[in-house]
Amino acid sequence: MPPSPSQPASQSDQILAAAKQWRQQIPGDLHEHVVEAIYGQAARIAERSVSSPSQAARPTFDRSLDHILTSKLWGFPIMILLFAVMFWITITGANIPSAWLSWLLIDQGHSWLRGIFQSVGSPEWLTGFVVDGMYLATAWVVSVMLPPMAIFFPLFTLLEDFGYLPRVAFNLDRLFKVSGGHGKQAMTTMMGFGCNAAGVVATRIIDSPRERLLAIITNNFALCNGRWPTQFLIATVFLGSLVPAVLAGLVAAAAVTSVAMLGVLLTFLVSWGLSRTLLKGEVSTFSLELPPYRPPRFWQTLYTSLIDRTLFVLWRAVVFALPAGAVIWLVANVYVGGESLAEHFIRVADPLGLFIGLNGVILLAYVIAIPANEIVIPTVLMLTVMTTGLQDVGAGTGVMFELQSGDAVGQLLTAGGWTTLTAVNLMLFSLLHNPCSTTIYTIYRETGSAKWTMVSTLLPLALGFVVCALTAWGWRLLSVAPG
Amino acid sequence: MSSAHPPSPTENVATAPVVDACASCSVYRAANLKKLGVAMEDWDFVVALAGNPNTGKSTVFNALTGLRQHTGNWPGKTVARAEGGYAYGDHRFKLVDLPGTYSLLSTSLDEQIARDFILFGQPDVTVIVADATRLERNLNLVLQILEITDRAVVCLNLMDEARRHGITVDDRQLARDLGVPVVPASARFGRGLPELLQAINEVATGQVVCRPQRLETVPAAIRPALTAVVGELEAAYPNLPNPRWVALRLLSGDESMVDALRGGQLGTLHSLATTESNKE
Repeated sequence: MPPSPSQPASQSDQILAAAKQWRQQIPGDLHEHVVEAIYGQAARIAERSVSSPSQAARPTFDRSLDHILTSKLWGFPIMILLFAVMFWITITGANIPSAWLSWLLIDQGHSWLRGIFQSVGSPEWLTGFVVDGMYLATAWVVSVMLPPMAIFFPLFTLLEDFGYLPRVAFNLDRLFKVSGGHGKQAMTTMMGFGCNAAGVVATRIIDSPRERLLAIITNNFALCNGRWPTQFLIATVFLGSLVPAVLAGLVAAAAVTSVAMLGVLLTFLVSWGLSRTLLKGEVSTFSLELPPYRPPRFWQTLYTSLIDRTLFVLWRAVVFALPAGAVIWLVANVYVGGESLAEHFIRVADPLGLFIGLNGVILLAYVIAIPANEIVIPTVLMLTVMTTGLQDVGAGTGVMFELQSGDAVGQLLTAGGWTTLTAVNLMLFSLLHNPCSTTIYTIYRETGSAKWTMVSTLLPLALGFVVCALTAWGWRLLSVAPG
Repeated sequence: MSSAHPPSPTENVATAPVVDACASCSVYRAANLKKLGVAMEDWDFVVALAGNPNTGKSTVFNALTGLRQHTGNWPGKTVARAEGGYAYGDHRFKLVDLPGTYSLLSTSLDEQIARDFILFGQPDVTVIVADATRLERNLNLVLQILEITDRAVVCLNLMDEARRHGITVDDRQLARDLGVPVVPASARFGRGLPELLQAINEVATGQVVCRPQRLETVPAAIRPALTAVVGELEAAYPNLPNPRWVALRLLSGDESMVDALRGGQLGTLHSLATTESNKE
């Protein structure tokens, strides 16, 4: 039988005291002694059971590929090019299924559902709340999000399975060291490209609390799942349309690449700034393993990234879109003093919004969309209809209306006072604003500190305002376009 | 087994046609594997899955539970614990996928999660997934885990890659040296998993008793300190299965170990063999 679970306190104190006393008598570093002994024994055992050919265990193919992919000269250009190609494939590939989905779910589905509600004698407010609010928000999220995700995620997963991501981390490592962060921050940033909440959890691989905080605070600068579709859509509609159709895809892809790279750049700058002010300290070393390249198992990757990642993210978006749709409908249809709640907010926020090259509608959309970045674009579109009074386009106040293609989105937003500057700044603001509520909660859980949660939330937001204001200022100065 | 079978059971057992000869082979019971996903109430045994980063732990986890934990070819992918279940033969197993770590000695959160689960979670079996192409480095972790627990199975994964690189591993010699079962596998292709299930089952039910290799030579510099603290621990907790590891952690000031000692949690740790005999 084991002894009673709780030993007399004196006994454990005695053991602790002995341990403490003995610790001081150990010459050198205890850790090193132990590690040395373990390594020695591991080597002896391995020697007895492993036989390998005299040449290096790693085939030359891996090594020569590493030589190129992690080279000082080619590492970064190849990295940027690879991502740009991925974005280009996503943008050009997503157009057609997007238009098809929007025809099915919005043009057909919405009026069909509305018809059903009316035929069973549902009161207009209920039809509005459920069909024009909840259903349309969800339908919009699906048609905007699903196609780019279904293309982008499998591509990204294939690259990941092949073993490219550790090479990216290797390339970035030197920059992280210079900026005062931990090299493993590159890994958590990569994770953030999928989902910032997951990226924040992934910072557990970093030993030092200082460097871990840096990684948590800067994780939001990695564009997440919910923000990629916004980037793809706005880049296609506004920037792609500035050039001949042949080049449209390329220009849009280049724009998205630039925003993603800006995020990486800001990760370094903010880490650099913080590690010289709030979070001073030493950079710790670590070893990074470059795993062998493995041929991705194509069909399995396709299947799992579609089922697990795409549908998982889509499900999350839908779950958040349902209540958000209801909220949107309510703020547009609850009147206080002759004006709807949304109009009140937009009137107050418009001067600030326009000053930083955005508008009040976008700011309101970002407030409503705090639970999930995925619903920003649908919210913006709906609010724009309401404020521009384009009733003939939509089905009524506060209704996310039917649009068949990206062109229609462009026409509508232009009618809502959008310029190229608004589009560029929306892309920037999508990169630089507070994390979604899930991520904020995760940051709080991981850091256990309200202070650092506030910093992680407000710092990107403040940066967003500054960067957008500067862009707007420079844009108007050069008067590239009437702003 | 009938002569109709190819000589390497590793490759084909799982897909072999159902004949009587097969059904009587213990390895064949893998066909009885029932993937339970997250439905894992009332398990009989808890199995921990440990190993270096990027050795295919999540792949093994997915193959056994039928879950689809995201897998990726890069170290540091799994940082939190994932749990799933499977039934094998008459027993239900709860499988816990631990974060991949190179060691259990540092202060990072992922290593602490793995370390504390293996020690305080008292899994019935700890499966250590090791990369056959980098065995020496992987053994560092294996040896550390064997200091903590005496019920372990080493899954020698990525055998296909090792073969491609011309590396051969004598798994029998390795099993003799480590004192625990060693199962060669290629989890990505489902090879070796029936044997792994079998080995886990045998260790869990006590059919196979492990005599794990513990560090043979304690470095002279820490020997007096270690001996003294181990002595104190053994006097206070005669049933502690791993006094040397606990002493080592106390000497390095591991806070969760200090807390466990103060809170009396250490007294509840005892070798699993004792637990079993107490039950009966």
